[in-house]
Amino acid sequence: MGRYLRYLVPLGIFAVLVAFLFRGLSLDPKLVPSPLVGKPMPAFTLTRLDNPNATISDADLKGKVSLLNIWATWCASCRAEHDVLLQLAETGEVAIYGLNYKDNRADAQRWLRQLGDPYEANAFDEDGRVGIDWGVYGAPETFVIDSQGIIRHKHIGPLTTEVVKTQLLPLITELKS
Amino acid sequence: MKRLFSALLVVSLLLGAAPASATSTLEAFKFASEAEELHFKDLIAEIRCLVCQNQSLADSDAELAHDLRAEVYDMVQAGRSDAEIIDFLVNRYGDFVLYKPPLKPTTWFIWFGPFVLLAIAAFLLVRALRRQRQAPATEISAEERKRLDALLGKTAVDDEDNNP
Repeated sequence: MGRYLRYLVPLGIFAVLVAFLFRGLSLDPKLVPSPLVGKPMPAFTLTRLDNPNATISDADLKGKVSLLNIWATWCASCRAEHDVLLQLAETGEVAIYGLNYKDNRADAQRWLRQLGDPYEANAFDEDGRVGIDWGVYGAPETFVIDSQGIIRHKHIGPLTTEVVKTQLLPLITELKS
Repeated sequence: MKRLFSALLVVSLLLGAAPASATSTLEAFKFASEAEELHFKDLIAEIRCLVCQNQSLADSDAELAHDLRAEVYDMVQAGRSDAEIIDFLVNRYGDFVLYKPPLKPTTWFIWFGPFVLLAIAAFLLVRALRRQRQAPATEISAEERKRLDALLGKTAVDDEDNNP
């Protein structure tokens, strides 16, 4: 037994190493878990995208399950997920709010006119300060917020019909009940 | 000669360009003193940019890095402590923004793992050395001694002398 052990121990260590490295192959380092999940959403008050004289704040998102989608017209993946947001808005399952992040107001308004508007309302975060409070490091990002205003989930990257079906809708249904 | 000259030119260009590119991402922040400027630079060198993850906040030219540098600069100017600024960033972006991970149960492995491995290696080394020392020197037969001498090029005469 002792004779085999000196070969088995290195082999065992090697196997563990391989297991870890193999797992690492399928992890995306771009997906950094947000420390905000499980915490109350950061407070904000911004002007509305459609009206510089009206404001929108975190209080507007409370009292129902809602999404906060961070987007911008300079963001190509946001264009890719826009149709998914339109479909989700059509189901009426959840109130979708937008945070228009470091964008140009006229461009963003035109984008919604041309492509359709899935949002209840949009906050206009021109200098990205609210984005920093929310830990945004790249658009698009989507937060799921419960009726108490607690962040329940953060999706990084563009939403797809697959993500909506397997992750968002089950969570939204659960939060509503 | 011409080739040597152009090689030198390339090297001098590279040497000249490197420091310039390292500082070009820094905005023209104003500082009251040089110590304050150094403090700010040390601070942002310890923070990871989440967009280009292998660059610090000091090195990155990403849009977010510009914004966060401005944010950190404002906080430093407002007299906030390093711990407060680090807290601000960790609360928003998680421990991942720190190049130096905090000491807590989930990071014990990365902090102490290398020392544990070193201790195991030292233990095995000492044990192997001790065993080697304790092992008795093996005797060789007259036949083997003869062959060994032949291999080492000793003459047969010597051999005769040594063997009574």
